[in-house]
Amino acid sequence: MGEYTTQELISIFAMQGFAGFSLFSVLLLMALGLAIIFGQMGVINMAHGEFMAVGAYTTYLLSVLSEEYFPGFVQYYFVFAILLSFLIAGLLGYLAEFALIRHLYKRPLDTLLATWGLSLIMQQIFRSIFGAREVSPTLPDWLLGSYQPTETIDIPLNGLFVLGLTLVVTLGVFILMYRSSWGLRVRATTQNRVMSGAVGINTKKVDRLTFALGCGIAGIAGAAFTTIASTGPTTGSLYIVDTFMVVVFGGAASLFGTIVSAFSIAQAQSILEFFISGSMAKVITLLTIVIFLMMRPEGLFASKVRK
Amino acid sequence: MSISDYTLAIEDLTVSFDGFKAVDALNLYIDKNELRVVIGPNGAGKTTVLDLICGKTRSTEGSIMFKNQELTKLSEHEIVHAGVGRKFQTPSIYENLTVFENLEVSYPEGRSVFGSLGFKRTAEIDERIMEIAKEIFLEEFLDMEAALLSHGQKQWLEIGMLLIQEPELLMLDEPVAGMSVKEREQTAELLKRICEGRSVLVIEHDMDFVASIAHKVTVLHQGKILAEGDMESVQNDPAVIEVYLGH
Amino acid sequence: MNFIYERLLGGKNGMVGIAILAALIFIILPLSLDLFRLNLVGKYLTYAFAAVSLVLLWGYGGILSLGQGVFFGLGGYCMAMFLKLEASSPENTAIQSTPGIPDFMDWNQLTELPWFWTPFDNFGFTILAVLVVPTVFAFIIGYSMFKRRVGGVYFAIITQIIALILTVLIVGQQGYTGGINGITDLRTLNGWDIRTDSAKYILYFINAILLIGVIFLGRYILTSKFGRLLLAMRDKEDRVRFSGYDVSNFKIFVFCISAMISAIGGAMFTLQVGFMSPSFVGIVPSIEMVIFAAVGGRMSLIGVVYGTLLVNFGKTMFSETFPEMWLFLMGGLFIAVVMYFPNGIAGLWEKHGTKLTSCIKKMQCVDTVKTYISNKRVAKAEATGE
Repeated sequence: MGEYTTQELISIFAMQGFAGFSLFSVLLLMALGLAIIFGQMGVINMAHGEFMAVGAYTTYLLSVLSEEYFPGFVQYYFVFAILLSFLIAGLLGYLAEFALIRHLYKRPLDTLLATWGLSLIMQQIFRSIFGAREVSPTLPDWLLGSYQPTETIDIPLNGLFVLGLTLVVTLGVFILMYRSSWGLRVRATTQNRVMSGAVGINTKKVDRLTFALGCGIAGIAGAAFTTIASTGPTTGSLYIVDTFMVVVFGGAASLFGTIVSAFSIAQAQSILEFFISGSMAKVITLLTIVIFLMMRPEGLFASKVRK
Repeated sequence: MSISDYTLAIEDLTVSFDGFKAVDALNLYIDKNELRVVIGPNGAGKTTVLDLICGKTRSTEGSIMFKNQELTKLSEHEIVHAGVGRKFQTPSIYENLTVFENLEVSYPEGRSVFGSLGFKRTAEIDERIMEIAKEIFLEEFLDMEAALLSHGQKQWLEIGMLLIQEPELLMLDEPVAGMSVKEREQTAELLKRICEGRSVLVIEHDMDFVASIAHKVTVLHQGKILAEGDMESVQNDPAVIEVYLGH
Repeated sequence: MNFIYERLLGGKNGMVGIAILAALIFIILPLSLDLFRLNLVGKYLTYAFAAVSLVLLWGYGGILSLGQGVFFGLGGYCMAMFLKLEASSPENTAIQSTPGIPDFMDWNQLTELPWFWTPFDNFGFTILAVLVVPTVFAFIIGYSMFKRRVGGVYFAIITQIIALILTVLIVGQQGYTGGINGITDLRTLNGWDIRTDSAKYILYFINAILLIGVIFLGRYILTSKFGRLLLAMRDKEDRVRFSGYDVSNFKIFVFCISAMISAIGGAMFTLQVGFMSPSFVGIVPSIEMVIFAAVGGRMSLIGVVYGTLLVNFGKTMFSETFPEMWLFLMGGLFIAVVMYFPNGIAGLWEKHGTKLTSCIKKMQCVDTVKTYISNKRVAKAEATGE
């Protein structure tokens, strides 16, 4: 470490820190959708990673289509891709809730198994349609390259984009859940379903839309994810456990907790990775979280509810 | 009488949830062989008192002395070992097991892991189960799956599951809720029988039933004792009348 | 005698069930399959150990563990370490830079055996380790979670994270564990070559005997007061606690027993298949063990064995002919079991099986009667003249 100049050290920390931020934003985007579904509804959606993949594949499809039929559109399709990912993933989530999830609300362990089955089916569908090899959309020019504030600091633009998108989405979710009347209805339904029904809230519809929203956000995460890595049929399953961990660590019922949790996990892992090997960094991070959860199962920010 | 002569001596018991005092500096004393009924409007803290005694909720202040043992320091199963039995408001029995098995599982032997693995049903245990079943009017139903019992019978079964442990303090939360008139009569008779040699603490709303069983009545309101005494004096207490009939 | 009949054999029905299973795995399969396929069955039967453990833990105890692969793997790795040390004698490894240590250690430039490998040259220690290490591990995990009343979904997710941790650790520490390829090239057990045909037959039968033994153990536990308490705790934990039972102790015990049973399976796997790798430790194999139990019937010790055999046969068959179909089927199986037959095949059998058998018996009766009548007619026709 003493071989670097101060300037270089600052640059390294800046880039390492930014890498941590980048990881943070990916984790947070993935965890937001799950925080809504698991944290608010108590539903374990093991297929969440696959809904993310839906968004990624949608983006890829749009990229391929615009390349073939609308070459001029290639620079602009990406924003549409994000919206479309949200809609399609959300729609699929809506259908999944209707066909499967709504039967299993009282049985969380069974929901876990059933959604795992759903994830296997979705993975196979991806494989059948898009093939087993990983694919990547053609990114528009404004996402390529990097931002160089100084000579030695090199911040990739796609990372900045994902970070920005995450902030926007997080803000949007927060406003929706805590400042809108619809969000109020969602929170009422999850806290006391019977009473909510009694005061005239259509709890079934609220459930369906909430689940769809969570899946839609996963779709956005998938679209954002294409700027960082390629997508294959099993990409979703690579991140599902991490995503659950972020939500559970933060305190399932707290959106703020999710944010703090994603941030701390991402930073801890990035910083550790600089000093020790990648796998040991991951092991230590995971182990710390598990030990923390064993001592405090409600996570960082527990909701104070009297049983 | 000094504290140690009472079966149950609650002093200064307070529990607050985020500032709201569900039970507020409560003092309550119960003798041996006494059948005490606790009444009070909804939200008065009656179920909370039972929760505190059996360990389901932890108090913020105060002490609960049971036969000179401080219950607030013990865990739930230790409190049961000390001799306290609690019946929940909604019948809490093992629906998948038969009446016989429900009672067998509650038999106070083989309570540790290895004890339960090696537990053998002796003739003595069988006899005791039959005895209890008779007391709770279920001797004809021993082989029936508990889920198929009527609501009243389930309540009796739960009382039986507590009796078989020979508790010295038996706490019943609304034992006759949902029962028919005949069943209530039978329950009144059962309760009067079982307070020989032990103390019984009952929460109830049905005033006729209370009148038929109570030795002494305690009225709770907003976590404090409003009045205490035999049924007649309590029923005629102006403060109680006001609270019940509303403002 | 009564004890054996009632508790271990499970009365008349139970005895028939065990007899049929024993006939299948001891007689029918060994006679009808070639050694290669029998070895496959032996492999599947080791997975069945984990499925049996889930009957106790999940079916009866209501505790879903998505990390049984951890214990399966720990047992397997202990056995693998012993076998590998034996196969890495200085004569066998003379060409290495450091003879006498396993090949992967040599490739990773290790020059001496790590301290935790050294006791594994003793067979007695290894057997002890197979039984004790996973149990202690389970005890630590169980104690820290059940005493804090962590259960249900949280517990399941934490077991997944633990499976992930172990996988990453094993894969990352190539020099100590053999990394992603695992510990391979195992040859002899105390001088006895486990790769020969006769050895494979013997190991198959040992495995089958151990499996039946483990089922008996499960039977003993489930028919005791402990078993009834498990059921009671699954459905009404509070009531059990307020009847004077320390619920967490019971949960810890059943978790430890299930860990031990899975570990035995893992050790037998290593012996029969000849290697152990992290692909049997992680999240995916652990959840597959759950599906074996779910399909077979999580409340039935014998049912889960059939479930394991069925799902694995299906997987092998489909992977050969319709590889694309397999994931669809498995996903569909998860959903179907949860939605339509939560007690698996065993549950279906209980509901409809007796109807089926009595129906068959009735059909036989009908046939018998028909034959009798037609015989009578023939006789009459003969008697009265054509």
